Amino acid sequence: MPQVLKDHCVIEDNWIPLEASSETVPEGDVLLTYNQWQDFSEQLPTHNGSVGVIIEGNAEIEDIVEPLLNLPLIAINFPKFADGRGFSIARLLRERYNYQGEIRAVGGFIRDQLYLLSRCGFNAFKFSDDTDLTKAANSLQDFSETYQVSADEENPLFRRR
Amino acid sequence: MYKYDNYDHKIVNERVEQFRDQTQRYLAGEIADEEFLPLRLQNGLYVQRLAPMLRIAVPYGMLSSHQVRKLAHIARVYDKGYVHFTTRQNIQLNWPALEQVPDILAALAEVEMHAIQTSGNCIRNTTTDQFAGVANDEIEDPRPWCELIRQWSTMHPEFAFLPRKFKIAVCGSEEDRAAFLLHDIGLQLVKNDAGELGFEVFVGGGLGRTPVIGSSIRKFLPKEHLLSYLDAIVRVYNRYGNRDNKYKARIKILVKAWTPEVFAQRVEAEWEHLKNGPSTLTDKEISRVKRFFSAPDYQSINATESADKLAAIAADNTAFSRWLDRNTQSQKQAGYRSVTLSLKPAGVAPGDVTDKQLETIADLADRYSFGELRATHNQNVVLTDVIESELYNLWKQAKASGLATPNIGTINDMICCPGGDYCSLANAKSIPVAEAIQRKFSDLDYVYDLGDLTLNISGCMNACGHHHIGHIGILGVDKKGKEWYQIQIGGSANKNASLGKVLGPSLARDQITDGIEKLLDVYVENRIADESFLSTYQRIGIEKFKERVYAPST
Ligand code: HEM
Ligand code: SF4
Repeated sequence: MPQVLKDHCVIEDNWIPLEASSETVPEGDVLLTYNQWQDFSEQLPTHNGSVGVIIEGNAEIEDIVEPLLNLPLIAINFPKFADGRGFSIARLLRERYNYQGEIRAVGGFIRDQLYLLSRCGFNAFKFSDDTDLTKAANSLQDFSETYQVSADEENPLFRRR
Repeated sequence: MYKYDNYDHKIVNERVEQFRDQTQRYLAGEIADEEFLPLRLQNGLYVQRLAPMLRIAVPYGMLSSHQVRKLAHIARVYDKGYVHFTTRQNIQLNWPALEQVPDILAALAEVEMHAIQTSGNCIRNTTTDQFAGVANDEIEDPRPWCELIRQWSTMHPEFAFLPRKFKIAVCGSEEDRAAFLLHDIGLQLVKNDAGELGFEVFVGGGLGRTPVIGSSIRKFLPKEHLLSYLDAIVRVYNRYGNRDNKYKARIKILVKAWTPEVFAQRVEAEWEHLKNGPSTLTDKEISRVKRFFSAPDYQSINATESADKLAAIAADNTAFSRWLDRNTQSQKQAGYRSVTLSLKPAGVAPGDVTDKQLETIADLADRYSFGELRATHNQNVVLTDVIESELYNLWKQAKASGLATPNIGTINDMICCPGGDYCSLANAKSIPVAEAIQRKFSDLDYVYDLGDLTLNISGCMNACGHHHIGHIGILGVDKKGKEWYQIQIGGSANKNASLGKVLGPSLARDQITDGIEKLLDVYVENRIADESFLSTYQRIGIEKFKERVYAPST
């Protein structure tokens, strides 16, 4: 069973990404790209299992966010780790739209980004390579103090010091 | 000067440990080169032609004597005994070993310094006026605001992977001494009609391949909203800046593509959500940070008496008098002056200083300048708050250490990038060009007669040496594998910032000093009264200069 790092724990990952060529949505917890999610919109209300959607960093999140907020999982794809757009999208989901479900990083992000990603509201990390998840979890704790407001900290340091 | 509390110490120390771990994993082969790249860049480590280069942040240019002694120690122990002052008020080591960088960072952390975000596609060190707090024309001391920005930008969770590097400068005075219009964000401290403090916000300035002067997107931002407004700007840039082509990735390109008006609307729309949120600065925090920059214990001095005494010493000593004239300036506190220590003696790469000189600088700061000093974006060092009666002693000591070349603001006080001697991106060397010019124009009377003149040299179009904004700019270009130099004239970095115009075909290295001399001849022949080079150029245009430089030799 594939694994994912979620809420600081390494757990089995039940979410199955839908193949690009798939003509139907199989049973179970499926992860669809935003386009697939739109294409299959008629089947989904009767789907047996959970549905999550993968969005890209360039998503016009303001325009598409409404229906996503009801999903248990929103994944944000990193085409490469240096593409930092997903950091902004996650913060918007958490702080502006008050999304409470799982926000999962997928794609090309790297272990050394975990601390900042988690600050922006990501709570699950699905590596696309064979990164050791137990070791990677250490990087979530690189810092114990921080200056700024973010998804994980309501007040900047100057309101706390 | 700002002093770390336990929180600041903790954050910087944890950063050192984080990088130590990353370096170990990299050396053990657990992190790939391309993944280690941004990690090391964001800790200041750049790989240049011969060795890595470590860029150390000097927040808004402020240093204590204690820190400078530590830098001298680091230069001696971990490097070849010298450091380089950069055009962004930072300091670079040219020869550190990767394995030792975590130890260097730990040594820096002991004196409240770091190299965080001095390179890479993130928010860089915020820069400002080297005369902050003492300038005659100051509206408000920019340093507390720079420190607030430093803390806000340090490991900002959302902005560590921007499309490209991001630089902020703050100007607190009438005259601009920070080239703030040539930064991704330029902040001008202003007061509104009610006398309240705020910022005029400029975006989209920058040098590099496509030099652009910043555009105003907000006339007045009340001071307490500084951080949330910055969040809004950088968020818009992070989401919409170009990520496909690194030459089109700076915010200036986005601002141009959208127009400043549309960019401003997008920022305002984003800011609507952030305004009055928890990042809104509190009076308590503003005064906490301001306290660190309160005035030192000035003595009350009889200004006329002090000036008379100084004039009397100067009258007897031409060398001292020249230095007094060029390298010192008055400040708003009567009886005190600010001294610029020149890091541009002929024969030394502009901005380079040795460990010994650093120690002398620290001693001078302790003795004459309340233990503080400033790095300038012109690659010199400033000692403020020097009591006039001590200037002569200071001068003698500085002179003995080669720090008193009386050339500040002259053609020989050039800005110069490391160029082909160090940099792998260079088209041409720049340090030998600087030296040739300094040797050619060594007659001080001639140099002083030319008056204020900026000459800036970059070894390639990345423009680390600010060639676009020198009154005279020199740019290294590559022609069939040979080093050539393009001359530009008419640039300036102040409130009326302008970009230089290319004079004509580029020159070979051995033609440059003659070319510059011809430019200067045209100026001297055409100037009216005490007109500067720049004003003469603006009045008579480029043609006469061009004709002379390219006239067939007789
Ligand atoms: C030796 C290693 C260095 C390398 C490889 C390097 C590389 C670069 C590059 C690629 C750019 C263009 C970035 C862009 O336009 O997006 C740039 C800009 C710049 N660099 Fe450097 N640089 C080096 C050293 C320095 C030094 C020593 C200084 C200061 C003396 C400096 C100051 C600057 C400044 C002021 C800019 C212009 C910023 C702007 O475009 O607004 N650099 N550098
Ligand atoms: S201007 Fe070019 S040659 Fe000079 S330091 Fe920058 S990148 Fe290197």
